[in-house]
Amino acid sequence: MQTLIQNLIASGAFGKNPPRDLVAAIVVFVMSLVVFLAIALPFAGIVTWVERRVWARIQSRVGPNRVGPQGFLQWLADGVKIVCKEDIVPDEADARLFKLAPFLVMLAFTLPWAVMPFSSSLILADLNVGILYMTAVTALTVVGVLMAGWASNNKWSLIGGVRSAAQIVSYEIPAGLSIFPVVLMTGTLSMQGIIRGQGWAPQHWFLFANPFTFVAANILYMSSLAEANRTPFDLPEAESELVAGFATEYSGWRYACFSMAEWGNLFIIGAIITTLFLGGWQFPHVTNNVVAMNVLELITFSVKVLFLVFLSMWIRATLPRVRIDQLMTACWKYFVPISFVNMIGTAVWVAIWPDGNVAMGYIMFAGAIALGAIFIQRVIYYLRRSQMEVYLNPTI
Amino acid sequence: MPPFLYIFLGALAIVSALGVIVQRNPIHSLLALIATLMTVAVLFIGEDAVVVGFLQIIVYAGAIMVLFLFVIWLLNLQVETGPTGHLALKLFGSLTAALLATELFFILAPPHLQVKFTHEPVGYGSLASLAGKLFTDYLVAFEVTSVLLLAAVVGSVALARRLPGTDDPRAARKTAS
Repeated sequence: MQTLIQNLIASGAFGKNPPRDLVAAIVVFVMSLVVFLAIALPFAGIVTWVERRVWARIQSRVGPNRVGPQGFLQWLADGVKIVCKEDIVPDEADARLFKLAPFLVMLAFTLPWAVMPFSSSLILADLNVGILYMTAVTALTVVGVLMAGWASNNKWSLIGGVRSAAQIVSYEIPAGLSIFPVVLMTGTLSMQGIIRGQGWAPQHWFLFANPFTFVAANILYMSSLAEANRTPFDLPEAESELVAGFATEYSGWRYACFSMAEWGNLFIIGAIITTLFLGGWQFPHVTNNVVAMNVLELITFSVKVLFLVFLSMWIRATLPRVRIDQLMTACWKYFVPISFVNMIGTAVWVAIWPDGNVAMGYIMFAGAIALGAIFIQRVIYYLRRSQMEVYLNPTI
Repeated sequence: MPPFLYIFLGALAIVSALGVIVQRNPIHSLLALIATLMTVAVLFIGEDAVVVGFLQIIVYAGAIMVLFLFVIWLLNLQVETGPTGHLALKLFGSLTAALLATELFFILAPPHLQVKFTHEPVGYGSLASLAGKLFTDYLVAFEVTSVLLLAAVVGSVALARRLPGTDDPRAARKTAS
């Protein structure tokens, strides 16, 4: 980013001797707008459609398929409709806070995009505390959610807000602790630094670096789902109990802000896990063309992230919601102690093999492939035994 | 950080800190406190203490604030409708405030303690330098604090636990003592 600004100034695009700070501010502003409007918002929109389709197919339904080819334009139709709706503020609500809350949730959703490592040079700001920044700004969600729940002056909203706060604050601990093994192995908090510590091949990913990081990656994924209020941890907005939880009283574009942040957060979860454990944008060096390399890296990163997004849709369509006591037990009695074991285990591992253990990477990767094979075999076995008709055509 | 930004953020922090004590609604006070802590965190980041700034956001704005909010809800604090407290209390309070202000003035007035805008050395406030300080110069204080926190955690668990067969935590406490 800094080199880009310096090149722009040197190329004379802003005239001779432009005010440096102003140019830098304008470039950062424009780039942020591009990232937000061209990547974040369309992603959040399209993913709602993808989720409804994937979800429907998993449950043997059809899903939205009328608007545009395969119903692709459904998200635009929904978006236009929701923005045109009346923006209702209840009489009994605390109007100022009620109006402010969606902005805070949106803020917590937009800020992480600043350190999103799309490729080796496509990143807005490669902070040297990147992953810490990511954790800090996503923690702001809890303020917005609580504010929405309280300001609505509605018991459902309040219960949803309180549940969400308890959940986010609890699951932040295992999520934070699961980041440390990777930080211990790379010795840096920068997103690009962490990715550069890994290779393009799976056996060089931190996921397979040692048994502790493998467990840490799984705990981080589950905790992130809980922090994003995704099924099976969607107690704050359990629609069968709480209508829509903290968002019950919201309508129109303010409600759209909440749901957009929720779906967009899937990308952020996927990006964090991809960066930390799945090798990020690492791609074998096939060409010396910088632009081509960056495009390939961008595709690699997106494919990994989208796979994780698909995985969370799969989980949402398959698993039932957990109870609140199960949720808290899972966090405090299992995830937190296991995270501590991971941290200490990785510290010992790094002390024994400071440069990593490549053989372990191969063994872990082979084990993961075996696990996947067993899973697929079991699925096929049950499909055969249940003797149900399977329609594999996804485009009904 | 440019001086005007520093002064602007400082003023914002003071205004939101005033909001904490001026608001009648406890939840509004709490939100003002969040705003104060955020502004101070931004000041930290602007002054190159990046790690401390982000940790402040994670710990205070995330966790501690939620704890405060639960305390407010559990104690069922209501909106204050009129002036409360005894006259003597107010008198004593104003006297203490005035004393504190004078004290601060006399402490900060000497010229060598006044705020100067200086450039810090490279690496100041980074994670490495922070960890270095914590684990060398301040190791004893750091470890003692962690033992203190651990004792607090164990103590609160002991107070809140239920003995098997009793539903009332107070009964459990009686038998424990």
